[in-house]
Amino acid sequence: MNTSTTLPAIQIDDLTVAYDYKPVLWDIDLVVPEGVLMAIVGPNGAGKSTLIKAILSIIKPIAGSVQVFGQPYKKQVDKVAYVPQKGSVDWDFPTVALDVVMMGTYGSLGWIKRPGQKEKKRALEALEKVGMLEFKNRQISQLSGGQQQRIFLARALVQNASIYLMDEPFQGVDATTEKAIINILKELRKQGKTLIVVHHDLQTVPEYFDWVTFLNVKGIASGPVKDIFNDDNLTKTYGINYKVAVNK
Amino acid sequence: MEITDFFTDYTLRTITLGTAILGAICGMLGSFAVLRKQSLLGDAISHAALPGIALAFIITGIKDTNLLLIGALISGLVGTFWIKGIVKRTRLKNDTALGLILSLFFGFGMLLLTFIQKMPNANQAGLDKYLFGQAATLVESDVWVMAIVTGISLMVLLLFWKELKLLLFDADYTKTLGFNVRFLDILITSFIVLAIVLGLQTVGVVLMSAMLLAPAAAARQWTNNLGKMIILASLFGAFSGVFGTAISASQNNLSTGPVIVLVAAFLVVVSFIFSPGRGLLFREIRFRRNRRELHQKKTLSFMYHIVKEHKNISRPHAIRILNNFQGFTRKTLNQLEEEQLIAISGNQWSMTQKGYDQAESMYNQFGNEND
Repeated sequence: MNTSTTLPAIQIDDLTVAYDYKPVLWDIDLVVPEGVLMAIVGPNGAGKSTLIKAILSIIKPIAGSVQVFGQPYKKQVDKVAYVPQKGSVDWDFPTVALDVVMMGTYGSLGWIKRPGQKEKKRALEALEKVGMLEFKNRQISQLSGGQQQRIFLARALVQNASIYLMDEPFQGVDATTEKAIINILKELRKQGKTLIVVHHDLQTVPEYFDWVTFLNVKGIASGPVKDIFNDDNLTKTYGINYKVAVNK
Repeated sequence: MEITDFFTDYTLRTITLGTAILGAICGMLGSFAVLRKQSLLGDAISHAALPGIALAFIITGIKDTNLLLIGALISGLVGTFWIKGIVKRTRLKNDTALGLILSLFFGFGMLLLTFIQKMPNANQAGLDKYLFGQAATLVESDVWVMAIVTGISLMVLLLFWKELKLLLFDADYTKTLGFNVRFLDILITSFIVLAIVLGLQTVGVVLMSAMLLAPAAAARQWTNNLGKMIILASLFGAFSGVFGTAISASQNNLSTGPVIVLVAAFLVVVSFIFSPGRGLLFREIRFRRNRRELHQKKTLSFMYHIVKEHKNISRPHAIRILNNFQGFTRKTLNQLEEEQLIAISGNQWSMTQKGYDQAESMYNQFGNEND
């Protein structure tokens, strides 16, 4: 336990990602300590989703390295859970909610082995945690946007990871779902998990998060919300004179 | 042609069995193509196989089916991975890459076919049968090859069921769980290419993609379960094969491949119209029923607002007042009366206790949803 607390959850050095000639992320250095609930904020096209995908090795960077608890992602697959953007999949896929949540157990099962009763039980528990147990047999296309988001969250919960990477989990969900999700995130942090969340609503940053990273292709700033979430950094990130009521 | 001929006539039995197995494997693997939104990949692959057939003949000078199909397999695979390479390395989109490879390979294949026709080789005739297929040329060994490939792909499917399902639904997520997505992609794509190549002799280059897509598209309409969809697609494919062969055998001059494809297409049309969950017919019925209910509710709620102001809820009101404020139809009023929610006498209507309760609960329901 002592050794793991000295290592940061995520350490990124000189990370550069480009699609064709256009750099999407430029020379990012970032250290995410273990146990923080961190927001990644920045304008559209700032590379927020790309940063998450680069951490997860979904996208190959042209330079730089990502370390998860001091090792490359490939060796730490079981410690990281991913909640993609809701719109990244086709919800008309022929399956039901429980089945999607079960997918979270596939990683620990490894190749070929099928999920059994134990995995099903874990999936049902996760569904209950996100308040979706009664929808377990619902065809996924029949779920509302907020419910689909909860299903994705449940799928990540099943992985029982140490680090959670979430790409805009609050996008297109109603206030009730947003509250429910943030409560789950805060509970996870209490358990010592590290959460990294791409977030768009600047107003709620101080209320929801304790750590924040400003990103606009380059890394602008990263640290505790109470220290660095200020108009200066917001202006640097968004390029216009930004004023947000921050509780200091 | 009698129905008993299917069991006694050796050639016909071979062809029927062959087309049935072909239909089954195409339905099975076609489900993957459809769900991965790679419907047109099949078309590109089958067209890309043509130059392989021609080259195999030019190089060996022998018109052996298996040899030609190996040529088809190689050029089909080359075409497929060129498409994937183009999408990955250039800014061209998937549909452009597909179209490009399809026409390039097909054009080259046609060129080679005309070249072969001018060759001084008595053996040359008949290669063009791969354009539209000729089921009559199926022999027992062909059927065996089909059966073995189908068996292998079924085994692979069952073995990697979990991984393939994950890949179909969410490829990025599959990657983050540590599965080798590239391997899975190559695996499933290779089997799709194999299925297409097997069908070239029977259905031909031009129509092969329909064999792949039609059973899967039809099956998707009837179920919301991936496993059931794949089984159903296989059954639809096999049925198309058997039924198509039967039709073409009983109508002497109809070529089998196109008839099989038409049977499969007919299944698609039937499924799109009549399937209970997603079909157009039931959707229209649901739509009309909803609209009728909405009309009724609208009228009832308007009446409720009038009635609410009076102590006696059953007090009669003139029908005219509805007319003046709100569009309603005589039909709606009759339906409401039929359900005993209102009573009509002459030019007046009055609300029943039942109607009042229903209108009230309607409002409570709306209120709860807003909470």
